[in-house]
Amino acid sequence: MIKTAMVLAAALALTGCAHAPSTAYHWDGYQKNVYTYLKQDAANPAELLQSMNVEADAARKAGRPLPPGYRAHIAMLMVQLGQYDDASKQLEAEKTAFPESTPYMDFLLKQMQGKKS
Amino acid sequence: MMRLLSAISGAASGARVKAALVISAAMMLSACATPKAPYDYTAFKAARPASILILPPINESPDVKATPGVMASTVFPLAEAGYYVFPVSLVDETFKQNGLTAAEDIHNVAPDKLRSIFGADAALYMRVKRYGSTYYVINSETVVTVEGKIVDLRTGATLWQGTASASSAEGGNSGGGGLAGALVGALVKQVMNTASESGFTYAALANQRLLGAPRVNGMLYGPRSPMYQKD
Repeated sequence: MIKTAMVLAAALALTGCAHAPSTAYHWDGYQKNVYTYLKQDAANPAELLQSMNVEADAARKAGRPLPPGYRAHIAMLMVQLGQYDDASKQLEAEKTAFPESTPYMDFLLKQMQGKKS
Repeated sequence: MMRLLSAISGAASGARVKAALVISAAMMLSACATPKAPYDYTAFKAARPASILILPPINESPDVKATPGVMASTVFPLAEAGYYVFPVSLVDETFKQNGLTAAEDIHNVAPDKLRSIFGADAALYMRVKRYGSTYYVINSETVVTVEGKIVDLRTGATLWQGTASASSAEGGNSGGGGLAGALVGALVKQVMNTASESGFTYAALANQRLLGAPRVNGMLYGPRSPMYQKD
């Protein structure tokens, strides 16, 4: 009982107000995924891509927006697996969701065009 | 919230519960303890960047995980504050493909060159001063200290800079009440890791303190936030 009360008190302190989602975006394991990728210790693009896709589906079902860069990170993993067409679609989707990314996404799309041919 | 509180006090009335409540109340209130000289936001407000390019941080600590740990956990506070943040994994790849693997070299690339590739309004230059665990006889401490500087890539002007720390030895202070407290709660849930990776957890907390909004003398909200230009 006391333990439960302490956990609840801690949760209260951490969440402040309980209502409204506390973040603007659906983050879940995204930061850890990027961290694993950047560390490059046993980073397996297929595994990382799979968890990114699972969480993107969960976000869609919950009607929560994906954070900036999420789709672009997916695209990069796809490129490493040779899935160029799907990667292009993800880069385009990043542009649509965040027009601020347009110059860089176009730079990457152009670069990928070169890789494919 | 009131219902939760009465549920807690109804559950048991031991001194330990009271202590837990006092601690949690302290956690909610601790955000605004010491008044500081106000930061001069003139340049920031004139520039109002919408997108931020996070550059690989320069690591001054002996831990090789500092650069990936800090870089990966920098996206959350800036995106939640209302900025478009460039995908750090791809940014890292782009630098590598251009022969730039050392953070020091990347920090020396001219702002207009960065802007021509990424189209970012501003860049974040970071230094990791401390990162990782120190082991003592009876326990250990994990500390992360970061410094950050926002530079306008259109003009080269510094818009903001600051420093922040997080440590496992500071007890329950989550570093913010209200909205920021809720964010920190959500953040901790995501980055909690195995003991060997505790550096990443404290990197995330230090970054939230450095770059999250609202903070005393911290970053201003970005255009994607409903609080934009209201701070």
